[in-house]
Amino acid sequence: MRNFVSERANKIPPSGIRKFFDLALSMDNVISLGVGEPDFRTPWNICESSIYSIEQGNTSYTSNKGLPSLRDALSWYLGQHYNLPYTSSDEIIITSGVSEGLDIAIRSVIDPGDEVAIAQPSYVSYAPCVTLSGGRPVPVRCTEEDHFKLNPDALQEQITPKTKALIINFPNNPTGAVMNGSDLKAIADIVIDKDILLISDEVYAELTYEGTHVAAATVSDLWERTITLNGFSKAYAMTGWRVGYLCAPKELCDAALKIHQYIMLCAPVMGQVGALEALRSAEEDKNSMVNEYRLRRNMFVAGLNRIGLTCHVPEGAFYAFPSVKETGLSEVEFAERLLKEQKVAVVPGSVFGDGGEDHLRCAYAVSRKDLTEALGRMETFISGL
Amino acid sequence: MDEKDLELLRILEENSRLSADEISIMTKLSTADVESRVHALEAAQVIKRYSTVINWERAGNGEVSAVIELKVSPERDYGYDRIAERLSRFRQVKTLRLMTGTYDLQLVVTGKNMQEVSRFVSEHVAPMDRIRETATHIIMKSYKENGHTLFEQQEAERLPYSF
Repeated sequence: MRNFVSERANKIPPSGIRKFFDLALSMDNVISLGVGEPDFRTPWNICESSIYSIEQGNTSYTSNKGLPSLRDALSWYLGQHYNLPYTSSDEIIITSGVSEGLDIAIRSVIDPGDEVAIAQPSYVSYAPCVTLSGGRPVPVRCTEEDHFKLNPDALQEQITPKTKALIINFPNNPTGAVMNGSDLKAIADIVIDKDILLISDEVYAELTYEGTHVAAATVSDLWERTITLNGFSKAYAMTGWRVGYLCAPKELCDAALKIHQYIMLCAPVMGQVGALEALRSAEEDKNSMVNEYRLRRNMFVAGLNRIGLTCHVPEGAFYAFPSVKETGLSEVEFAERLLKEQKVAVVPGSVFGDGGEDHLRCAYAVSRKDLTEALGRMETFISGL
Repeated sequence: MDEKDLELLRILEENSRLSADEISIMTKLSTADVESRVHALEAAQVIKRYSTVINWERAGNGEVSAVIELKVSPERDYGYDRIAERLSRFRQVKTLRLMTGTYDLQLVVTGKNMQEVSRFVSEHVAPMDRIRETATHIIMKSYKENGHTLFEQQEAERLPYSF
C-alpha cells in the first residue's frame, strides 16, 4: 500500500508535549497550570439563552457570515470598546473559534513560497497553519529583556522581499506580554513601509490588567492592511462553544469568507446565540472574572519571584512566564521532573517556539487555593535540586 | 471611597479571613495601606462585621427558618421605623426589611424547630400593636445564600494541558 499521508501533513511536527499529557492523565492529585482556558464556568445567563434558543427550535445553519444580530452587536461593541470601525454587513465573519479564523485568514492571503513572520514565543498553531498554506513561517524572537514585546529591529531583520504577512498576538500566549500604542506604532511603521499584511490575534484583549487594550488596526494606517482575530473563549469562559470572529476590510473579508463557507459553512448556531447574550448581558460577569485573574496574577507572580523563579509581570492574558535559568535545569527537564516529583503540570516554554527556551508557561486560571498549593510544591521541588 | 476600597470590599466579602499581607500582595497596596483602609471602612460602618456562610442543613442542628410577611399600619412621624426597630431586637429575627408591594415588612426568623418559630410569631410578632396581618412561610431548603450556592456542583472536566 502507498503511504497516503500528504507531504504537507508530514511536514507538521508532532506536539512536543504528548508524553507530558499522557503522564499527567495517569497521575492523581495533579495541579495543572498547563491549561490555556478559564477555570470559570460560562456565566449562566449565556448558557440559559442558548438552551432556550434550542428549545425554540433554532438549530439550523445561519448565514455564512454568522447571525446578523450577532454581527450588529459585535460591530457596535468593537466600535465602543476598541475604536474599531468594522461594518456588520461586510467586514465581520463569525468563525468556529479563533482557530478557524486564523486558518482562513492565512489561507486567504498566503501562496506557496510566501514568508510569514511570526512573533514568538507564540500560540502553537500559527506556524503549522502557515506551513499548511504552503508558506514558510519565519520566527521573530521576542526576548525577556524586551518583556517579550515584539522588537522592531528584530522584526526588520527577518523581513525579506518574500515576506507577505506578520502574525502577532498581544496580550500574548504564552508570555502575557502587551504592546501599547507606541510599541505598536513602531511595528506599524515597518509593516507599512515593507507593504506587508498584519494578522493580529487579540483573543486576550479583554484580559488586559494595566491600562486599556490597543487594537492593532487602530494604529497609524494599519486598518486597511490588518486582519483582526478575536473570540469569546477567554473573556467569557466560553472555550467549548467555539465562537470567534474575523474582521477585515471588505476585500480581505470576502476572500476569507470564500474559504469559510466551504470548510465550515457557519459557526454553530447555539454558540452564536450564546455569544450574542454574552455581549448583551455578561459585562459584569466578565469584569469580575478579569478582576479575579488580576488578583491571582499579582499573588502568583510575587510567589514565583519569592521562590526563585524570576518572572516579569505579565500585563495581560492569564499566563506567567518565569525563567528556570537559575535552577540549572532546562525548561523540559524542569517541567518533566516537576510533574513526576511534585505533581504540578506546567508547559515548557520551548513548545511555543523561539524565545521560549529556559522558560515555563504557567496558567494562573486556577483557584487561588490551587495556586498557593502549586507554589508550595514548586518551592519544595526547587529546594531539593 | 475609591476603586481600591471597592476592590478590598469585594475581596473581603468573598473571604474575610485573608490576612492584610495576603491582600497586599494581591492588590499591590502596601500592608499598612490595606490595614488603614480596612480600619476606615470599619469605622464608617461600611464593613459591619465579619461572618461565615454556614450550611446549617449540613451542620444537622435541625434549625428551622421562615420568611414572615407583615402588614403594618405606619405611625405618624415615624412611619415603619419604630416598629421595625422593635422587631429587630428579637434574637430570632435574622433579617428585617421594608418592602414595596402587597406587604410592608419582611422578616427571616430562625428557631430550633417549627413549634418555636410558630410560637414566636403568634406570641411575639402577631400581637404587637399596628401589625394587621402576618403570613408565615417555612423555608424548606436553601439553595443559595448571599451569592454562595449551597448544593454540590460537579467539577467540569478540563484537559490537563491545552494551549
